[in-house]
Amino acid sequence: MFVAWRDLKFAKGRFALMGAVIVLITLLVGLLSGLTAGLGRQNVSAITSLPADKIAFQAPSGRQELSYSNSTVTEQQWRKWSEAPGVESAEPLGITTTKATAGDKSTGVSAFGVEPGSRLAPDSDRITGSAVVLSTTAADDLGVKAGDSFTLAGRQLKVAAVRGDAHFSHTPVIWTRLDTWQKTAPPTSTDDGPTATVIALSTTSQADVAATDHQAGTKTVSTDDSLSAIGSYTSENGSLQLMRGFLFAISALVIGAFFTVWTIQRSGDVAVLKALGASTANLLKDALGQAVVLLVGGTLIGTGIAASVGALVSGSAVPFLLTPATVLIPAVVIILLGALGAALSIRRITSVDPLTALGSVR
Amino acid sequence: MSLNLTDITLTYPDGDTRLTALDQVSLEVPQGSLTAVVGPSGSGKSSLLAVAATLITPDTGTVTIDGQRTTGLTRGELTELRRHKIGIVFQQPNLLPSLTAAEQLQVMAQLDGRKPGTARTRAMELLDAVGLADQAGRRPHQLSGGQRQRVNIARALMNDPTVLLVDEPTSALDHERGAAVLGLITRLTHQQATATVLVTHDRTHLTAVDQIAEVQDGRLRLPAMNR
Ligand SMILES: Nc1ncnc2c1ncn2[C@@H]1O[C@H](COP(=O)(O)OP(=O)(O)OP(=O)(O)O)[C@@H](O)[C@H]1O
Ligand SMILES: [Mg+2]
Repeated sequence: MFVAWRDLKFAKGRFALMGAVIVLITLLVGLLSGLTAGLGRQNVSAITSLPADKIAFQAPSGRQELSYSNSTVTEQQWRKWSEAPGVESAEPLGITTTKATAGDKSTGVSAFGVEPGSRLAPDSDRITGSAVVLSTTAADDLGVKAGDSFTLAGRQLKVAAVRGDAHFSHTPVIWTRLDTWQKTAPPTSTDDGPTATVIALSTTSQADVAATDHQAGTKTVSTDDSLSAIGSYTSENGSLQLMRGFLFAISALVIGAFFTVWTIQRSGDVAVLKALGASTANLLKDALGQAVVLLVGGTLIGTGIAASVGALVSGSAVPFLLTPATVLIPAVVIILLGALGAALSIRRITSVDPLTALGSVR
Repeated sequence: MSLNLTDITLTYPDGDTRLTALDQVSLEVPQGSLTAVVGPSGSGKSSLLAVAATLITPDTGTVTIDGQRTTGLTRGELTELRRHKIGIVFQQPNLLPSLTAAEQLQVMAQLDGRKPGTARTRAMELLDAVGLADQAGRRPHQLSGGQRQRVNIARALMNDPTVLLVDEPTSALDHERGAAVLGLITRLTHQQATATVLVTHDRTHLTAVDQIAEVQDGRLRLPAMNR
């Protein structure tokens, strides 16, 4: 690294420019990652935090995909699942998006209906026919606290407690009793009468999901797989991940292009060093070391800024999730991809002929 | 006997045939002596130097450096040999733009894995020997053409080579500075006891050399020993 360090210092301008590009790309990827995770959490946290490993939907007809908004399960289906072997618990869960009002404040909420005493909801023993549990965001949006009353889909209800910060499809969750929920949910034409939207299952390895699905007329997937049945999640998350992927690819290409030009520019110096007795392996190592120094420096600064911005906005209305995974993983990926791009460009050091150092033309 | 070229033949591909750049060339350069290689353009001077520098492998013939034959050595072994035994003074100074004059020399020691402290001392010694002790901290763009050429010479001597190969060192310099550089090379050849080969097309400065070799169409003649 004797020459590589001095090159870094000597060609400050060029490396600073490239470093700035890396900083900006890292910042952009870091912010995008935090935002993707934040938006994702607003979409799915109510589902991912359920104490359930599988979700049973109404079996979709024909080519339709699973959907939380289309599914309706009956009491009968729920009974089948409760009695099925290997199922530790089967709890009906009603989900509907509706409007809540308190005074002059109103907000869109997701009403989650659960059985009395259900494990699915926080503080479920305090939920009654006329009292519900609000998530913090729902309570904040409505400006209510425990003991206050508000209107949910036209029904006067009391706030039993404010617990957790569950979100579903970008709306805060209000935990209600299943019969309250049934009255707020749109009516369906099923003969047995609607019980809930889905059934949340806790299963053991003995459970024969396919057989029970067949008997009950349901379609069961793991909790994680069920997230794609939240319409807004699939499209949103998909496009954000695509943007992130492109940014990663762009960073690798830009870094590769920079080091290609840089390596070509200094191929004369490389020829001289080879003629003087520098081994190709050492020249490669130094050049890669130089690239990694630039990458790590730029990525650290970019990640630092992204984390500060994230810390600043989290807690505000911006759904930004600041965790080690959202800022460190992009940084590591950029360093790895950048090093790969640089390595491919630096490879050409191998083919520089020391003979070209002799003679008058360089 | 520090540099020995024996029956060197070198051809370059030239369309369907091959062009003979060096034809049965033999040359012996003892330690502490200076051999000038002269000849018209295209005669094969640079080719001879490149073969001696182990940068080109000849078709036939052997190169022996400090008693070691280079035939059959791997690329890595040749690189190591160049590092330890061969100093090259390039036609263009070929200094690295980011390094100071002293660092141009220290990089040689660094390639060789030597201690930075002793390397620094040795670099200052050599810069002093070429009259540049006060310019040690300057980068190439802050040095004159003649000063750069002197750094180039000092760098070639940094690893105490047994063979010093010098390629047209005066071509970019005016008469006076050319003479000074040549005088310096002659002095250092005796001081450092190197076997020095100096390629030039300029016969005007060749008064102090030990041996003049004339190349013509790839053949070498040793007309007169003018020691
Ligand atoms: N890489 C090459 N490929 C093909 N032919 C070459 C190559 N290098 C040199 N030659 C030919 O070999 C011959 C000797 O070339 P060389 O460069 O050794 O001459 P020179 O004496 O150094 O000339 P000059 O004084 O102009 O530098 C010339 O005819 C040249 O055209
Ligand atoms: Mg030549």
